[in-house]
This record gives sequence, structure tokens and C-alpha cells, in this order.
Amino acid sequence: MELSGTITHSARIESLAGSKIANCYQCGKCTAGCPVASHMDLVPNQLIRLLQLGRDDLALTSPSIWACVSCLTCSARCPKQVDCAAVLDALREFSLREGKASPEAQIVVAFQQAFLDNIKRNGRLNELELIARFKLAVLSHTRQLAFLFKDAGLAPQLMSRKKLHLTSERAHDCEVVGRIYARCAPSQPVLAAPVEAVAK
Amino acid sequence: MNIGYYPGCALHGSSNDYDQSLKACLGALGISLQEVKDWICCGATAAHSLNHKLALALPARNLALAERDGFKEVFAPCPLCSMQLLKVRKAVADDSVRQELSQIVETELRGEAEVLNLIQVFESVGLDRLKTAVKQPLGSMSAACYYGCLLLRPPDVVKFDDFEQPNSMETLLTALGAKTVEWSYKTECCGAGMTMASEDTVLELAHKILTNAVEHGANCVVVACPMCHVNLDMKQAAVERKYGKKLDLTVYYLSDVVGLALGLSGEQLGIDRHFVTHAPTTAKTAIAAGPGSEH
Repeated sequence: MELSGTITHSARIESLAGSKIANCYQCGKCTAGCPVASHMDLVPNQLIRLLQLGRDDLALTSPSIWACVSCLTCSARCPKQVDCAAVLDALREFSLREGKASPEAQIVVAFQQAFLDNIKRNGRLNELELIARFKLAVLSHTRQLAFLFKDAGLAPQLMSRKKLHLTSERAHDCEVVGRIYARCAPSQPVLAAPVEAVAK
Repeated sequence: MNIGYYPGCALHGSSNDYDQSLKACLGALGISLQEVKDWICCGATAAHSLNHKLALALPARNLALAERDGFKEVFAPCPLCSMQLLKVRKAVADDSVRQELSQIVETELRGEAEVLNLIQVFESVGLDRLKTAVKQPLGSMSAACYYGCLLLRPPDVVKFDDFEQPNSMETLLTALGAKTVEWSYKTECCGAGMTMASEDTVLELAHKILTNAVEHGANCVVVACPMCHVNLDMKQAAVERKYGKKLDLTVYYLSDVVGLALGLSGEQLGIDRHFVTHAPTTAKTAIAAGPGSEH
């Protein structure tokens, strides 16, 4: 891998994650405890290392950042208080915003987007609508018809257990949710102060 | 005792058996749950993955609504919802963030209401009171207490139990007369919200968790999270198919087992609506059925 000589320490990612990436001394404890590390092309400590070396581009386009299950084990165990899970959150956010999300991860990306769109419309999760829109989004990306009907067998089982609701779940005041979304749009400034001091 | 109740989307959706279980069990203990009016989704994994500001604003709206309704305590039975509310409480220690969030969510946010998970609700009832309320001791239950991720992590946000070696559920269950097993996967992740987007991940993780519980002598798993229940209960048949083995392990919500000990029936608690079910009607038959029976 060819490295650019400049070390930027990815200030924007540090700011969003509220964590100092330079603190990482590559002990690998994050990766050792990660339940999905075996499915990652770049494991958590390698992603952090890329940011230390100023190679954000490689981290942002990696499918690994979308394999993360957000269990927070990495952050809880880091001996240097690097909030690795928050760093991965920040990587996902910038990756999507800049159109760099890995095509290999499009199913996960489509699900997260369908989920957020669903909340924007309904205030609360409408499960049937989420499933329908997610499946259609995947179909349009992958052209895999089988995915559309995957798990369809679960529907009658959920129905017989009174777990599937045909009436839609909605907050009473959906307009306020739309206004909250607008105030949190990527074009809006970040919060006045990061959740945790960066220089911890 | 009057607690503000933030059910979250799962409990109003396909995890409504958890909602039923909570209301039956806590009702029997004299706790009435009053829903926070017009609550909205906390944003879940999608929000913190795609938009950090929204991930704070959505739960901030809920905390502000609970405070507007005059609740000093908010009970969130989903650990993700509960952790997100606690993140808001932590963030508003900075007054400029508090003011900005108040403006974003159009409601004054103080960030003073306490946020409780299910275990803490039982702890607030008190072990002594629970012990005296037991009508049906859980004598032949060998439970694997499964905490998963967000009841314990991030430790500096949730500040609950020992995040590597938790013991609060075992303490509760022991008081109810159940046995608990020592096992290795009580804080491992089940794959959480990846159920639909990456089913193979969930099946792999659920397989490890369920197998480890069986290997350590458990005849049931006890959870305090709707997503853990989905992945270990609803997905158990898919795990069995994929890995070619029979697990047949009942997965209870914590409120199910407390409710059974209090003498409530499986139907009252919604246990008959689980996927792996031996249709227990009392604690005695629930345990007598045990693993290995037909379902």
C-alpha cells in the first residue's frame, strides 16, 4: 500500500467520534473482542491505523465499516479510551454522505436508509412498510428476486402470534419529526460541542 | 410507584409479547406504567450509523417529553432505547448542547429524569419484596442469564453492573429460587439489528450463544432486550437448520420468569406467543416441559 506522507489524524472523524485517534497504540484488543472481525477485510485496529496514517479514503470505502454490529465491545475494552465504535459510526456517516459506501455493503446501507426514512415519515417504526421498502430497494440494487421473498414464510407465523400489525404505527405529531430531521440534516452545523471532549 | 414508560418501536411492533409480559408482571407488583405521550423512535442503529446529530436529537425529544409529563423516572425496556436516552443525559451536562437540543426538539430538555432498564425496575422493587411475593419458586430452572451489549455498554454511559462479569440478573433469579449457570457468552452480541440486513451474521452469533448456553447446562435463556429475543427465539429454527442441530432452548424475557414466579400464567405473560414454546401455563409446567420436548 502506498502511503501519503502527511499524517492528518483525520480531524473531522475525531470531532464526530469525540475520540483521539492518535491515542491508539495498536494493541489489537478491539479486534480480539470483535464478534464480526472474521468477516472484515480490514479489522478494527487496521481501520484506526489507516486513519492515523491519513488514509481516510481506504477506511471510508471499506465494506468492513458496514459489517460492524455496534456491540461497543471494542470501545468498552480499549485501554487508551479510543471510542472505536464511534469512529466507525463517523466513518459510516461520512462514507454515505460522500457517496463512498462500498457496493459490497449495499444491503446493510439500504436497510439503515430505509429505517431512517421510515421514522421520518411515521415518527415511529412501521415494520411492514420498512420490510416492503427495504426489499424493493435491495431488488433495485441487486436484481435478486429471491431476496424479495426471503423470510416470507415468517409472516403467517408472526400473524398467528399476533406479532404482525396491518394497521400502521405512527406518532401523533409527525410534523415535528420532519422538522427535527431538517435541523439535523448534514448541511446543518454539528452540535455546539462534541459529546465528549476530543482531548480526553 | 409511577414510572414513565417509553416502550419504543419494537414493543409496539413484533415484540409486543415483551410489552404484554411487562404489563402483566409489573402490574402484579403494583407498578403502573404510564406511556410517555406521543413518544417517537430513538433512531436506533440507523441513526447513530448515518447521522450522529439525529441520533442525539430523537432520544432527546423523548426525554424532554417525559420531563414535560412530569416523570422523574423513565423506564425503557429496550436496552438500545435506554442507552440512547442515557447518552442524551450525558450530553446535556454541557449546557450549550442542552440548549441546542431543546431548540431542535422544540421542547425544554433538562436531562434530569432518571433512565431505568428492566433489571433496575426489579431492583427498585427490592429483593426482599420479590422473595415474599413468590408463589411458584423456579426450582428446576437452570437459566443462562444473557445481557448482550447495551445493558452494559458503553460502561461510562450506562453505569450499570460489571460490564465484563455482570451478575444482577443472576441475583434476581436466585432470589426467585432459580438456578443460574456460569457460561461464557453472557455479554457477547447476538447481531442485534442485523436480523434482516445480514441474517448470516445473526445466525452465526446466535448459534454460538445458544450452543454455549446448552453446553453449560442451561435449560433456558433469560434476556432483557427485544432484539436479543428476536435473534435467539424467532431465529432459533433458522439456526437449527443452518447448523444441523437441535437446540430447543426456551428464551424468556426477564419479566416472564419473574411473572411465572409470581404465579402468573404463560398466557398472561405472552409466553405462548414465543417461537420456541412449550406452552407453559405455570412455572412448574414451564420447567417440567424443559428442553427436548415437542414444540
